Amino acid sequence: MRRGKSLKCFLAGCHLYQHSACIYPEIPNSASAIFQASRISLIHYPESPLQSYDKFNPLRHVCPMASRGGVLHRPNKESLIATSRIHQRSFGSTTINIQRNPSFSMINSDDINYFRDILDDNTVIQDEDRLSSANIDWMRKYKGSSKLLLLPKDTDEVSKILRYCNSRRLAVVPQGGNTGLVGGSVPVYDEVIVNVGLMNKIISLDKVSGILKCEAGCILQNLDSFLANECYLMPIDLGAKGSCQIGGNVSTNAGGLHFVRYGSLHGNVLGSEGTLGIITKVSILTPARLSSTNLAFLACEDYSSCQELLLKAKRGLGEVLSAFEFLDTNSMDLVLDKLEGVRNPFPSSLHKFYVLIETTGTDDSYDRAKLETFLVNSMEGGLISDGVIAQDINQASSFWRIREGITEALMKAGAVYKYDLSLPVEKLYDIVVEMQLRLGSSAKVCGYGHLGDGNLHLNISTPNYDDNVFAQIEPFVYEWTAEHRGSISAEHGLGLMKADKIHYSKSTETVRLMASIKKLVDPNGIMNPYKVLPQSIYSP
Amino acid sequence: MKIMVAVKRVIDYAVKIRVKSDKSGVEMSNVKMSMNPFCEIGVEEALRIREAGAASEVVAVSVGPAQCADTLRTALAMGADRAIHVVSGSLGPVLPLSVAKILKALVEIERPGLLILGKQAIDDDCNQTGQMVAGLLKWPQGTFASKVLLDKEKQVATVEREVDGGLETLSLDLPAVITTDLRLNQPRYATLPNIMKAKSKVIKKVTLEELNVEIKSDLEVVQVTEPPKRKAGVIVSSVDELIDKLKNEARVL
Repeated sequence: MRRGKSLKCFLAGCHLYQHSACIYPEIPNSASAIFQASRISLIHYPESPLQSYDKFNPLRHVCPMASRGGVLHRPNKESLIATSRIHQRSFGSTTINIQRNPSFSMINSDDINYFRDILDDNTVIQDEDRLSSANIDWMRKYKGSSKLLLLPKDTDEVSKILRYCNSRRLAVVPQGGNTGLVGGSVPVYDEVIVNVGLMNKIISLDKVSGILKCEAGCILQNLDSFLANECYLMPIDLGAKGSCQIGGNVSTNAGGLHFVRYGSLHGNVLGSEGTLGIITKVSILTPARLSSTNLAFLACEDYSSCQELLLKAKRGLGEVLSAFEFLDTNSMDLVLDKLEGVRNPFPSSLHKFYVLIETTGTDDSYDRAKLETFLVNSMEGGLISDGVIAQDINQASSFWRIREGITEALMKAGAVYKYDLSLPVEKLYDIVVEMQLRLGSSAKVCGYGHLGDGNLHLNISTPNYDDNVFAQIEPFVYEWTAEHRGSISAEHGLGLMKADKIHYSKSTETVRLMASIKKLVDPNGIMNPYKVLPQSIYSP
Repeated sequence: MKIMVAVKRVIDYAVKIRVKSDKSGVEMSNVKMSMNPFCEIGVEEALRIREAGAASEVVAVSVGPAQCADTLRTALAMGADRAIHVVSGSLGPVLPLSVAKILKALVEIERPGLLILGKQAIDDDCNQTGQMVAGLLKWPQGTFASKVLLDKEKQVATVEREVDGGLETLSLDLPAVITTDLRLNQPRYATLPNIMKAKSKVIKKVTLEELNVEIKSDLEVVQVTEPPKRKAGVIVSSVDELIDKLKNEARVL
């Protein structure tokens, strides 16, 4: 990229700002990801000619308003974009009062012809059925009205698409597995959806170094299965692994279950949720797959025991600890109620908290003995009230099913308000307690997450979306998080949901810096507009 | 009454099996091993019978090399009272007839009222040991059990079996041999308190000489190969092409 070098120098200079701007430098979130050192060595930038910076018409910045159950309102002056009523299991929960940016062009037949020219015919999609599933997110909360879906097959096609869209000022939404939880992967209005799902080739694996090169559309679980044959593994592991694609994981800087052991894919510039470019290829340093895993499912009676257990586990299990997850009793109840074939490991008693501890090492009997000793001591010390250890892979899968199934169970239970917070471990559960007190019997508050890295998934479940409930939740949850020096997005990203909330976790200077980079790399603002950063960055 | 349960250490059910490049067998090094799922069901059934009061003790037994002790520990952690490990050393896999002879010898020492085994092991799928040991002991057998009811007074076991035609109910006079099928029960998890207790339970080591059993194998594994890979499907573009393929390639028309 012509401007690559100057951009890198600019970023290198920015590095100084990271530590003063970040509140929790060790807690990854998409903002700090932009500045942190990269583990990924070969990100392919699409060739996009950078025009000189152009001023937009300033957009009015309005806070999102509460929902009006069942309908997404997009007040706008364009007759093309209609309000959409969503059927079946979707619950419109957010009214975005952002206007469609009038500087973006609308698609015309010349555009379609051009795309038909440069791409294969069956990858230029205008069919309504296929568009409707690409237009709506996994949670069925955000629905766009794009009229065009493109499926490029290689980097060259991506590059041509972006170059053309930039010259025509057509807004673009990069999309992969569409499993994001903050509305970042679907259009807000009529942005062109560029889905890299067809770019799913595994290019190479260096068997000595473990460096895997693959295209951005590879599904995470497929990559892991491929690596399993070669005794390596993907360093990230999330519930969505059967559908999510590695390009999306990198651009949202996903954390996941094994973050406590392998860290995240600390992104470089493209850890930007699609607002700075489209990832087309990825080169990942994969850790060696170790042969022995052990998994224990434990019951604790209060949150401070969970916390102390974590401290002791880091010391007592040390290098073999590979996952530390927790869930509360509401989460457990929900999973047992809503999912099929899920078994309570402690059928005879109720517990307030549950913890999953996983160890990964090279010697099965040694690791098992270590885990057993640690757990027996914790039990004798009163930290655990009960526990089971998985005796085979099937049992281990059923324990993980409980933890990984919470998201699915919440969707089946009705409406869910989902928050992904990084907080100091001591304070982590306090927000759950406070939120339940605030909401009383109108909602069920579930707390669960990656306790090992201080990441809480706070979910509020109600039968239907309700303005009153929402008013009690926001902005209280963000204010509380900011007060306790946490981050409002630990790993889910900002997307559309938190596009104007970044000030709760990042200072004005940091946001201004991020905005300058955005304007430098994407002066027309066509990449994933309305997301990640607040619209106010475009006002003079 | 004592219940004896035989358990086998096998490659974990969820592991993807790979054949060794020299076709002599299956890749076993660095692979997760666990208790055979049907054996787990057998241990669970024995524990339930004991908890119902119809038996006093559950003894787990296994035949194999040193690592078998892990599998016996799992049985103890589930709740078995004690275990017997028949050390087979480096003799390689012990085949069903030999295992049956060993179990017969153990039964003659321990005198259990019931011998429970899994219906088959998931590594060799033989489905022979239970039947063979019943024949050697001249005991009645209820194989593929999907339900077991023990009458302590009458010393009779009522066993519902899954057979090809449906369900068959048998009444067996004890002592008897029962082999378990999938739907018999759902095995319990090994809880921490039980794992703690298991550490003080005894695993008795026994040699083949002590049992007076000689293992000679009259079977030799010549070759192990993977089943042929399924061919990928083909998408046809028209009905004519479909008919052509069915006629000329698949030859079904």
